[in-house]
Amino acid sequence: MSSARAIIAGHGDFAEGLLSAVGLITGRDELFVAMSNSGLCSADIEARLRALMEEHDIHVIFTDLHAGSCTMGAHRVLSGRPDVIVVSGVSLPLLLTVATSGDLSASALELAIEKARQAIRLTAGTARAD
Amino acid sequence: MPIELYRIDDRLIHGQVVVGWGQPLSLGFIVLVDDAVAESEWEQELYRMGVPPEMDVYFASVEQAAAGLDAWRRDARHGVLLTSDIETMRRLVAATDIRTVNLGGIHHRADRVPRVRYVYLSLPEIATLRSMAAQGVDITAQDVPATRPLPLDELLGSHAQ
Repeated sequence: MSSARAIIAGHGDFAEGLLSAVGLITGRDELFVAMSNSGLCSADIEARLRALMEEHDIHVIFTDLHAGSCTMGAHRVLSGRPDVIVVSGVSLPLLLTVATSGDLSASALELAIEKARQAIRLTAGTARAD
Repeated sequence: MPIELYRIDDRLIHGQVVVGWGQPLSLGFIVLVDDAVAESEWEQELYRMGVPPEMDVYFASVEQAAAGLDAWRRDARHGVLLTSDIETMRRLVAATDIRTVNLGGIHHRADRVPRVRYVYLSLPEIATLRSMAAQGVDITAQDVPATRPLPLDELLGSHAQ
């Protein structure tokens, strides 16, 4: 039985890249399955998402870009599926929170998203101390 | 403002259009020309969801687009017109004075051969493109602004990367 509980879908190697980082940091990459839209038309993106969801009994899809074709495909899957959640604009901090807690409920994801928003920081250099 | 791009892209509204072209062009609106989408509120809602709030999306059948083209060209904002396939663009070109077409993305299908990473074409599609070019339409392939635009002859003479 697959231990994957969510799909990460994105352009190019985005999903594989994020997944590799999640694995290195938490060791919990088995919770996710990565998917790329490379070479795929819209219908194939949607079909691939559905196939992965069925294969792994997945109800959560993380996508890279709200305007992107992976998100479009994921939104099509939502029709008639009140049990499915799509989170677009996924980041490494967000996935780390999910991987650590293992909680993919809507309420846990809302909290994880807020925490991930706070995780983007700008730090400026300073003049030399001497 | 003239329409910036008459683009064939089988993903229609997606990141490359909204961000890749949208940001450098400061796009104000997108015209999505597709007979099926023009009839479906659900499809239109899906495409609207992917567009930032400051960008308008107009949906039109080929017939409606031919009639509406002049008004969109008079719009002060920058706009892009999209079709999802070559045949829809062919019909629109035949009904208007559009003479520049961008091949932005046509992806894998069993009857298609890859030409470049983002353009796969079947023999009938190649024939349609050549026919449009013979009638004076300037066709180039370019997925995002930073990629070199490929003239049709070079695209059809190229092999997959």
